[in-house]
Amino acid sequence: MASTENTELSEQEIAFQARIDRGEKIEPKDWMPDAYRRSLIRQIGQHAHSEIVGQLPEGNWITRAPTLERKANLLAKVQDEAGHGLYLYCAAETLGITRDEMFEMLHNGKMKYSSIFNYPTLTWADMGAVGWLVDGAAIMNQVPLQRTSYGPYARAMVRICKEESFHQRQGFHIMMTMSNGSGEQKRMAQDALNRFWYPALMMFGPSDKDSVHSAQSMAWKIKMNSNDELRQKFVDETVPQAEYLGLTIPDDQLSLDSDTGHYRFSEPDWEEFHQVINGNGPCNEERLNARIKAWDDGAWVREGMMAHANKRSAKKQVAVG
Amino acid sequence: MMTANEALFQFLLRQGDNALVLGHRTSQWCGVGPVLEEDIALANTALDLIGQTQLWLAYAAEVQGEGKSANDLAFLRDAYDFRNLLLLEVPNGNFGQAIMRQCLFDAFQVPWLTELQTSSNQQVADISAKSLKEALYHWERSSETVISLGDGTEESHAYMQAAVDFCWPYAGEMFCDDAVDEAINTAGIAPLPSSIRQTWIDQVESVLSEATLTKPNSDFAQRGGRDGIRHTEHLGHMLATMQVLQRSFPGATW
Amino acid sequence: MSASNEWPLWEIFIRGQHGMSHRHVGSLHAPDAERAIKNARDVYTRRNEGVSLWVVEAKHISASSPSDKGPLYDPAKDKIYRHPTFYDIPDEVGKM
Ligand SMILES: [Fe+2]
Ligand SMILES: [Fe+2]
Repeated sequence: MASTENTELSEQEIAFQARIDRGEKIEPKDWMPDAYRRSLIRQIGQHAHSEIVGQLPEGNWITRAPTLERKANLLAKVQDEAGHGLYLYCAAETLGITRDEMFEMLHNGKMKYSSIFNYPTLTWADMGAVGWLVDGAAIMNQVPLQRTSYGPYARAMVRICKEESFHQRQGFHIMMTMSNGSGEQKRMAQDALNRFWYPALMMFGPSDKDSVHSAQSMAWKIKMNSNDELRQKFVDETVPQAEYLGLTIPDDQLSLDSDTGHYRFSEPDWEEFHQVINGNGPCNEERLNARIKAWDDGAWVREGMMAHANKRSAKKQVAVG
Repeated sequence: MMTANEALFQFLLRQGDNALVLGHRTSQWCGVGPVLEEDIALANTALDLIGQTQLWLAYAAEVQGEGKSANDLAFLRDAYDFRNLLLLEVPNGNFGQAIMRQCLFDAFQVPWLTELQTSSNQQVADISAKSLKEALYHWERSSETVISLGDGTEESHAYMQAAVDFCWPYAGEMFCDDAVDEAINTAGIAPLPSSIRQTWIDQVESVLSEATLTKPNSDFAQRGGRDGIRHTEHLGHMLATMQVLQRSFPGATW
Repeated sequence: MSASNEWPLWEIFIRGQHGMSHRHVGSLHAPDAERAIKNARDVYTRRNEGVSLWVVEAKHISASSPSDKGPLYDPAKDKIYRHPTFYDIPDEVGKM
């Protein structure tokens, strides 16, 4: 699609691309191609949905956290994800879509969220694995996006990245404690790694050769690195961490290539990836239904508070300070 | 006759368990709040309460003198040893019920913690001073929410009237003095809960009236939580969830 | 709920502790200005980042009063677990 449009760039489009090439930020009121706007809404909206659906698998363990400290840490972490969703929805709203419209598209399946959140969290060690691997992978995706071409998106990412680093560390800290714990705890830790390793690798998206939107998105700087590049970086950083924990990455093919200094590793099962994206993951239905129920149950609250605000503003003018 | 130490221990459990149980219940909203902004605000309230729990229960464990920690008290006691108000252990129900409960409790916490700031016991005074700052904000937020939902749409009004009707019989327990309260009062550690009842009534009445809600007539109080004599069935289920890891893997480090 | 019933969007400005001017930090939804300020506290000062808030919707500007300062911003100070350095991770694990 993008390539056919590219053949006849208008003067405006050429100027727009030149701004991006110079490293200028595009701001909400600036002219932008429709396709740029649409791609951004899709990407930021999907990212926002991932943050709030992502609250659910970890929220699953807040009530079962084993100590008061862990309970507070996990709650603060999951609360941060709600904040990330909020920042990102606001960024998308500057492009001319409302948050309610985006929710509607999440609920009716027109917009997606990251497939990782369709996997279940089965033991406390999963809180470790999710923080370490899932937030770790997310950070790797997000850090470069702080330099993305769209101003509001870049600014949201700066704020998000600032908050993310505690997430990965609290997860790794749980993994450390479990790996150094009893035999049962160590077993839970290994089991969590086994279940989350490949889904975490999938978070970077399909292999570059199969990735649909990549070239145009890279030119627009709404995607900063290729999927495979980031995946490699993630593996290279994570394998030594697993070794430190005394855990085994569930991949027989894993080996350090001494020529390149990079690890060679097995690809995730892309058929599974597509199945999960298309609704057949282990928790797709629960996750989406939980969001829809929360939204529907909250309708009277949102309406009630709005109605009261309207009544009140009719009664008195808010002082302008 | 209970010893001064035993009375102080019971008093501290009441303080700590109220924070723990309401903190736990409030944390259940994380991810499923009615709107993102409320989701985040509720988590802040829960975090404050968990923080308060740590302070009260750590001091309780110290007074108990059996070498236990705040975590031991939170995760290794059974329902009959909990000393929280029944109001705080019943399930969240809907958002209206949860925020009404919060509001009724905050209306108690603010004058209560204000008094406790001048406790003869320095540790009680210090924990209370810290908790009061948080309680003041919770109160601002919960009372404002009750008002706007009570005086919102017809539907939200109905939810809130049902909420106050549901919570009311549980609220009276806050003011039922007993031997522990007497002993604590005599020691100058805290006033009798009944002594702040009028302040509470005034605050609550003014919120309910601004919210266009009708205050239930009955003075009947469901009790049995703060003395541990008869909790609801809900507390057992809550603890079964909350304590599962500590119970399943005794002695493990987390 | 129809889209027209959606809570309006507010822009949030925070003046930090070091006397710098109010700085735009982001946005959020709220039914009115008072609630927008409260929401801003919960959303944008979770790490005790600000001491004064402005919220702006369309042409209306509201500012939090300085007297609100105590109860609103102190609590975040002891939430040290929000800071990465709270989690002791050995250096040999690498940057995290
Ligand atoms: Fe996030
Ligand atoms: Fe995160």
